[in-house]
Amino acid sequence: MIDLEFMINTVSLGSLYALLSLGLVFVYGILKLVNFAYGEYLMVAGYAMYVLGTFTGVPWYATLVLAVLTAALVSYLTELVAFRPVRTKSLTAMLVTSFAISVFLQNVVLITISSRARAVRFPSFFSQTITLGDATVPVRNLMIIAITILLLTVLTLVMKKTVLGMAMRAAADRFSTTRLMGVPANLVISAAFLISGTLAGVVSIFWVSRSASVDPLIGMAPLLIAFIATVMGGMHSLVGAVIGGFVYGLLFNVLSITLPASLISYRDAFMFVIVILFLLFRPEGIWKGGYTEERVG
Amino acid sequence: MLTIENLTASYGAITALHGISLEVGEGELVALLGSNGAGKSTTLKSICGLLRPGQGAIRFLGEDITGKAPEVILKKGISMVPEGREIFGGLTVEENLRLGAFTSYQRDRYRADLDEMFALFPILKERFTQAGGLLSGGEQQMLAIARALMSHPKLLMLDEPSLGLSPTMTDSIFELISALRDRGTTILLVEQNAERALEIVDRAYLLDTGSIEFSGTPDELKRRVDIASVYFGGEDDGTCEVRL
Repeated sequence: MIDLEFMINTVSLGSLYALLSLGLVFVYGILKLVNFAYGEYLMVAGYAMYVLGTFTGVPWYATLVLAVLTAALVSYLTELVAFRPVRTKSLTAMLVTSFAISVFLQNVVLITISSRARAVRFPSFFSQTITLGDATVPVRNLMIIAITILLLTVLTLVMKKTVLGMAMRAAADRFSTTRLMGVPANLVISAAFLISGTLAGVVSIFWVSRSASVDPLIGMAPLLIAFIATVMGGMHSLVGAVIGGFVYGLLFNVLSITLPASLISYRDAFMFVIVILFLLFRPEGIWKGGYTEERVG
Repeated sequence: MLTIENLTASYGAITALHGISLEVGEGELVALLGSNGAGKSTTLKSICGLLRPGQGAIRFLGEDITGKAPEVILKKGISMVPEGREIFGGLTVEENLRLGAFTSYQRDRYRADLDEMFALFPILKERFTQAGGLLSGGEQQMLAIARALMSHPKLLMLDEPSLGLSPTMTDSIFELISALRDRGTTILLVEQNAERALEIVDRAYLLDTGSIEFSGTPDELKRRVDIASVYFGGEDDGTCEVRL
């Protein structure tokens, strides 16, 4: 049961969820805001792939890069025009704003494109499989693992070695004091949204490629997964988010193969039971972060 | 150097400062004294931009800095050591100091500044690669001061630097503040330990429930000890954090 195929697929799923959770926690860490519009950044990247792939002759690799950039840009813009004006108000105002952005972005694609799913073209190797020993795994899953290793390495270097990274870690801990160091508040917040959007965009490539289609509500499931994974892993650190993503992927795959066929459709319910157990017995998550709950004001 | 005129500040409906005026001259070491809730920290937070004041003006080197953002005010040359030290616990000592130099960073000068901080605080060299959160209270206070000095401030503000420190550590912090003044740094010091503060400062302001009640030299302040004992809270009312 626990064979190479299972391991690769689980690590791959965990990687995808780790990137997803990380994007949510980057913003949460600094603004203490669960950004409910996060799933829409993923959705926007999906539509960028659809538009570029269907109506233009842009090569596939450029399409993917542009899709990621679109998600990053939309994330940055939502901060600029929507979150920034209400930042010094209550956290409730921020939460409501994030819901508003979510609904707004969904309706933009509903009106301008369609309420129905649109097919997105991917290069053929996305759906091919490869045989490693006695394991047959999708090429896509191996790409997810490779990209996750690359992104986590780059992000670790940025957070540890650059001044901006230090400032972001400091801001997640003590926002006001970080400003006292001369670090502009807008700089770290914009950076967090750009990274968050980039991660959503990268995840979008693989998320959308599973069904090769995109619809206005495609962002809801990933948002939920990111939220659950961060609750399990720990909302107060980037490490916690990554752990949460991998734990979510592992639990999900274990449930998938251990649950009897009659219960498999209740897999999500089992995931929620696990979340409830976490909230009851370890509300801080697997990885306790050192971050305080200071609000940006 | 720093001039405050009729400054008011409030937290929601509660007014914390009822129009205070004060001045800090170049090279001076000035203390802002008063009991808990007198408005000392509020004054510092208004100066450094963490709190948007109501009315009045804050001028620094002739320039109006009232209500400017903290990052802007730091660049003008005002650096603050916040109450409770506010060390970035997850960052190393090195990273804390590097962030202190966020606006002033130049490779060569940074190395020289670090060496200067190691000379002032040898313990920071020993702890250089450790997480700030693992330092003792006194070490954290030294790190907080060193971090604030990394930006080469023209005015250094210290909010309750002796709070929660052992008597020995308090001694060294006060010695250090004197030494910094002797090096030419202008300092605005907020302290509850009025007795110790008055030993080293040039002038002091006495703040009570949001108004300045007295200002003058330590000698003048001590001569009016009757006033002081009233505003510092006598032995009878149990709020005697400050004694003269």
